[in-house]
Amino acid sequence: MSEPITTTDTLAVAQTGSEVSGASASLWSDAWRALRRRVVFWLSVAILLFMGLLAVFPSLFTDRGVNDRCDVRFAKHTPSSWNPFGAGGHPFGFDTHGCDYWAQIVHGARAPMIVGFVVTGIALTLSITLGSLSGYFGRWLDALISRITDIFFGLPLVLGALVILTAFPDHGVWTMSLVLGVLWWPTMTRLMRGQVLSVRDADYVQAARMLGAGDLRIMVRHILPNAVAPVFVYAMLNVGVVIGYEATLDYLGVGLQYPTVSWGLQLSQAQDVFTDHPYLLIYPAVLLTATVLSFLLLGDAVRDALDPKLR
Amino acid sequence: MTNTTDPAPGTPLLQVEDLRVEFRMRGSTVNAVNGLSYTLAEGETLAILGESGSGKSVSAQAVMGILDTPPAYVTGGAVRFRGTELLGLPEKKRRTYRGAHIAMIFQDALSALNPVHRVGDQIAEMLLVHRGMSRGDARKRAIELMERVRIPSAGSRANDYPHQFSGGMRQRVMIAMALALEPDVLIADEPTTALDVTVQAQIMKLLRDLQDEMAMGLILITHDLGVVADVADRIVVMYAGRVVEQAEVRELYARPAHPYTEGLLASVPRVDVRDRALTPIKGSPPNLAAIPSGCPFHPRCPRAREERCPDEVPALRDVTGTGHGSACHYAEEVLGG
Amino acid sequence: MADEILQVENLVKHFPLTQGIVFKRQVGQVKAVDGVSFGLRKGETLGLVGESGCGKSTLAKLLMALERPTSGSVRFEDQDVFALSRAELRRLRRRVQMVLQDPYTSLNPRMTVGDIVGEPFAIHGDPEGGRRRRVRELLEVVGLDPDHVNRYPHQFSGGQRQRIGIARALALRPDVIICDEPVSALDVSVQAQVMNLLADLQKEFGLSYVFIAHDLAVVRHISDRVAVMYLGKIVELGDEEQIYDHPTHPYTQALLSAVPVPDPTRQGTPIVLEGDVPSPTNPPSGCRFRTRCWKARDVCATDEPLLQVRAPGGAGDGEDGGTSGSPHPSACHFADEKIVRG
Repeated sequence: MSEPITTTDTLAVAQTGSEVSGASASLWSDAWRALRRRVVFWLSVAILLFMGLLAVFPSLFTDRGVNDRCDVRFAKHTPSSWNPFGAGGHPFGFDTHGCDYWAQIVHGARAPMIVGFVVTGIALTLSITLGSLSGYFGRWLDALISRITDIFFGLPLVLGALVILTAFPDHGVWTMSLVLGVLWWPTMTRLMRGQVLSVRDADYVQAARMLGAGDLRIMVRHILPNAVAPVFVYAMLNVGVVIGYEATLDYLGVGLQYPTVSWGLQLSQAQDVFTDHPYLLIYPAVLLTATVLSFLLLGDAVRDALDPKLR
Repeated sequence: MTNTTDPAPGTPLLQVEDLRVEFRMRGSTVNAVNGLSYTLAEGETLAILGESGSGKSVSAQAVMGILDTPPAYVTGGAVRFRGTELLGLPEKKRRTYRGAHIAMIFQDALSALNPVHRVGDQIAEMLLVHRGMSRGDARKRAIELMERVRIPSAGSRANDYPHQFSGGMRQRVMIAMALALEPDVLIADEPTTALDVTVQAQIMKLLRDLQDEMAMGLILITHDLGVVADVADRIVVMYAGRVVEQAEVRELYARPAHPYTEGLLASVPRVDVRDRALTPIKGSPPNLAAIPSGCPFHPRCPRAREERCPDEVPALRDVTGTGHGSACHYAEEVLGG
Repeated sequence: MADEILQVENLVKHFPLTQGIVFKRQVGQVKAVDGVSFGLRKGETLGLVGESGCGKSTLAKLLMALERPTSGSVRFEDQDVFALSRAELRRLRRRVQMVLQDPYTSLNPRMTVGDIVGEPFAIHGDPEGGRRRRVRELLEVVGLDPDHVNRYPHQFSGGQRQRIGIARALALRPDVIICDEPVSALDVSVQAQVMNLLADLQKEFGLSYVFIAHDLAVVRHISDRVAVMYLGKIVELGDEEQIYDHPTHPYTQALLSAVPVPDPTRQGTPIVLEGDVPSPTNPPSGCRFRTRCWKARDVCATDEPLLQVRAPGGAGDGEDGGTSGSPHPSACHFADEKIVRG
């Protein structure tokens, strides 16, 4: 059995040339190999992993719970040293309510992360579904979806969020995510629709159609895999942007409320006492900026890696 | 105007010697041109024949000095115009040769023309910048040039935008632009590949007529063995960034001295011959990031032999004593049939 | 004819040209295909040549039932393709397949070669002996290494990719393959490989080809019969020898003489046609070629010449006794093998 195969192998090689370039495989594995070599990628991944640990396992970093063992007598006690490792039991000092600031900041990571991912998740799901339907089927469905997108697009995001969140003051993390998610999808939907449109008329889609493939198969096997990459990259950048928005809304006082803790709320509480107690503003600000920036840099690096023209 | 010292008699119009160009990409180096040499005499038509990846277009861009660096780097060799070395020149000096002495036209005329300017203005612009003509004179000259490339009712068409022209007419506009400064060398990179057969015939005829009128040297870069046979005086065949064969046109078609040329001639169908059996060259053109050792053609060559071809790079040598060059260890056998 | 597997009758496809985004109104139509009739015989290769804009690609899409015609019919084994139900059309897809022009865009870059060639089975059901085995067989048939099933298209050269496309077209054992410029994107040295492969496959599997191309030499090499198209119509139809050695339509004659031949010793000046192909939105009245034709007279502007066999000497005109030793249909009032430039 092995005999005929070897002969055909040599035949094939003789006819078409043996060189099949590289051992590379799909676009994603090519992208991964490009990413592996980039410092920016590893740096942002490391920062995000750390922030992720803060959000998921706060108990790894502090033995206190949320708003746990607070004592007003310690309110605004500055850390004994600027070097967090040399500051004894309370490296970041105490916040305005006398809670251990390190513990509060550790717990403050969860809310922005949840909002960032859930909003992006909602927007991604909506945009992939609506964008695909609208781009692929076109005609009246496209007209309908596009007009609805336009209407939502016309709503200024911050204003829309302000209005809705003010109207429902008792919102928690999840409600807030839902509200932002519903406002967030139009841009991504437009991006997805454009992607689907550009792939829809590709030769390989025509080829599948000529083989008798149905709409579902064409969508799932041919259009989506070739259309979603830029949308995913956008979503990755987006997580950072959403976290920034969440902090902004907290700061403005319409986002999350006590007893929830989040970096945005901490910034908001620090604003009055900033001149006397700058550390109250600096610590959450540094963590927030590092997180947002890491998402943006990560998204950028992935985009570069996925773009074959830059390789 | 550039002040070149009068070249010694016998100096070729354009001489390319051992030109090397590489593309440095993330993680790999693509050797696009690997020691290319040729000369172009006054009034001569030289065809550079090659497939994709042969380095024919890259080498022309290197001669013009319009390669994008990075990723492309000229890593060696010389390009002499009437004896003046161009490669080392500072960009400012180099620019005076571009257009005025050596001009180039491309396959894709639409992307080479600026879509938001009228074609008449685009041609006139060249004259304004390089010749310091007045706006009125430049425009008059632009229309003259458009007439010269046989664009009907040139006067009114000068006010049109590139997209209003058909493919053939756009190619004419580009030729008019290239000729604006009356260059001594015109490099035409696949000028008719994107055009229909009947329009291709028009453009080739135009190029031939213009060359006669203006006594230019013409370098015609193409993959089409038919086009070459019609217009070229001499042919350089490129493979993997090197010259594998060069000869006067009739000699090359009658007596190819390199197995690659031989293979190409045997693999093209002909419109004037019935039931011609085609003998394809096996395999595909090489990957320039991993050019085969020794003779780069040896993995595809039906005449390759173990003892020399995989190890020894064959030099281009005169195999007939009459200037017929071949870079094959066994060129004499190829000549013998 | 009984042995014709595919019959095209009076096929017309006009695309409306619209203006405005919200309120669309039709401002004209592109007459891409405008009354084309021909038959494809079992086991033969019918070449369709023409320049860009002659409607050959639209015709290919109509033959594949990817577009619906404005009027006319395509019959496959005496069944009107456009009258079929969805299920029947799916069944038809097994019998008529297509090879596309560009090997770089016709394969899904996210699918492995095995998945691409195996896709027909995923749609129509697995073959006897299993999908994997059949895919390997197919790769072997087209001259590729069957061990490369798990590779992705971008790892192959243009010629190899075109072979993958051919393997996909062969998978369902079709009777007819429409080849739309299958070699024009390939390097010269690779074109012949693919043409020879197509010829071998035809012999082996008894395939019928419609071979669409702009390269007259390629069409001559592979075709038994040839149809020459100009602005949505067939202007001349005959067997390969009739068209290439005894062309009677001035357009065919000009086209042939314009093709450069790789032979520097060949004599004779080509007929260089003036101008460009007119827009298919507003084709000339009467004979569509008359605006570029050196034989054109008043009658050409008023009467449209039909594609028919004409008596030697041309219909209604006995000026120069024709020499057509090989009568075949030609859509010219003055069809004549002799080339007389006026």
